[in-house]
Amino acid sequence: MKKDLRILVVEPNPERVREIFDALHKAGWSDVRAVAQISALERTVRDFAPDIVLIDLTNPDRDMLEHISHATEASKRAVALFVDQTDEDLTQAALTAGVSAYVVDGLKMDRIKPVLQTAIARFRMMRQMHSELDAAKQALEDRKTIDRAKGIVMRQRNLSEDDAYNLMRKTAMGQNRKVIDVANALVTAADLLS
Amino acid sequence: MSQTTLNCGYVPLVDCAPLVIAKELSFASEEGLALNLVRQPSWSALRDMLALGHLDAAQMLSPMPVAMSIGLGGLPAKVDTLMVLSVNGTVFGVSNRLAADIGHVPFGDAHAMLEALSLQKGKPLRIGVPFHYSMHRLLLSYWISTVPGLTIEEVTVPPPRMADAIADGFVDAFWVGEPWGSVAVQQNVAQLMMSGRDVWQFAPEKVLAVRHDWVEANADIGRRLMRAVYQASAWLDEAQNKPLAVEILGRSEHLSVSPDLIDPALTGRIVPKLNAHPEKIERFLRFHKHAATFPWRSQAAWIASQLGADAGGIQKAKKCFRSDLYRQNLTGLGADMPGASEKEEGALQFETAVASTRGHMILAPDAFFDGRTFDFTDAFR
Repeated sequence: MKKDLRILVVEPNPERVREIFDALHKAGWSDVRAVAQISALERTVRDFAPDIVLIDLTNPDRDMLEHISHATEASKRAVALFVDQTDEDLTQAALTAGVSAYVVDGLKMDRIKPVLQTAIARFRMMRQMHSELDAAKQALEDRKTIDRAKGIVMRQRNLSEDDAYNLMRKTAMGQNRKVIDVANALVTAADLLS
Repeated sequence: MSQTTLNCGYVPLVDCAPLVIAKELSFASEEGLALNLVRQPSWSALRDMLALGHLDAAQMLSPMPVAMSIGLGGLPAKVDTLMVLSVNGTVFGVSNRLAADIGHVPFGDAHAMLEALSLQKGKPLRIGVPFHYSMHRLLLSYWISTVPGLTIEEVTVPPPRMADAIADGFVDAFWVGEPWGSVAVQQNVAQLMMSGRDVWQFAPEKVLAVRHDWVEANADIGRRLMRAVYQASAWLDEAQNKPLAVEILGRSEHLSVSPDLIDPALTGRIVPKLNAHPEKIERFLRFHKHAATFPWRSQAAWIASQLGADAGGIQKAKKCFRSDLYRQNLTGLGADMPGASEKEEGALQFETAVASTRGHMILAPDAFFDGRTFDFTDAFR
């Protein structure tokens, strides 16, 4: 009987929407809809009349959703799920995973729980993937900067690649800085002077 | 002295300045606090993080602790206001299209502006505010409600998106905190018509909030936090410090906008329209002078009454503005304390000397645009 829960996902990134949809479908909820634009949020909440709204904690549209939840006639009984402080574990899990949920009708906690647990697991995974991707991108950027800096040192001091890198590393250690910081300084200085 | 780390939430607006200055100019570390400023994406997120203990303290919109105390707005929790962080500092602006429709209205004339709005035909105007429980929204509702039959639609829009919302026609007007009004002007999508103080001359805007239980359990940390913020606010209100304040706020990672968008609020020179001369606005944004940091219990009562609270709710609201802690914790710093913790809100038309512990206190005008006054002391007796 859990299929009759209407779930709205507020998320601008289509890829993430797909991820969440997949997870919810797999867990047995098919009446799921997504909204990306804030301008469409109010109408969707009114027309679709969701039982639960899922939104990323870091989404700035949360304030608007909250306003809609307690302003629209159709959803007078709306409550932010974090209100349910009786379930401390679930609340903490949702917070750290980055899920905010709004329960738009007077639903019992035991019916909401599985939906949220699915969402929490999915959000957590996406968050981790994102931070790994960000770290990988950053590493690539750092590598490029260090290579450029190395090139500058090689030219200016007439050093081999290894010696240039060792000089940068020694300088960094001596100043208690990271190699990338020294490299950044070198590249900036070179740009200024060129 | 080993430093106590304190996680403090804020939303990137010019009036988060007391927290940034407390950290960057070491007022906090002198009190033995490592102030970890944690930027929040929305007011609801900030509220949840504070209520559930992920933050120790936070900059809040002044109506938020009151709403929470009387059980409104999603998350009932006991949150106390330790002190006021800023007074005034908001602007009301309209889209260029609406500005063309209403014609010339003198800047800062709340009566003329209201008349112009009530002459607008067609669908109710959509007016953007940052959050339902904000001073912006309360002032807007108070102002609009003085014209019987004038209806508007209040729409919540995250402040950084206010300029886009007005450019897209999603809202016709807005009430927002700086720098976001100046941003809309710079993008040539809106004109500023008045500032918040044209409706209420001394409106508590942001407050320093903590959980009631937290401050009970961490009285000494709370005291040191209040001392640091008090000193930062005193520093901020000195005219000669303004240029440095603009620079610090501009270059810090806390507020990612350019200094020329921070300057108008701090110096009270607001450019209402692209390429227009700035309007010099007295007390546009106050951090310290005129007992700005004092959490008047009557301010809490006014907020509660605007939120529709009954006598019991007003009592609860008064208790969450901790003028008792303010007296207890800041007297040692030489702060002047008013003789009372409540005043008749709206009664002062001019700067007025009042009884205080050191005898130097001059309060700024706090009149409402329509001359009404609010005395909540009767309910207290």
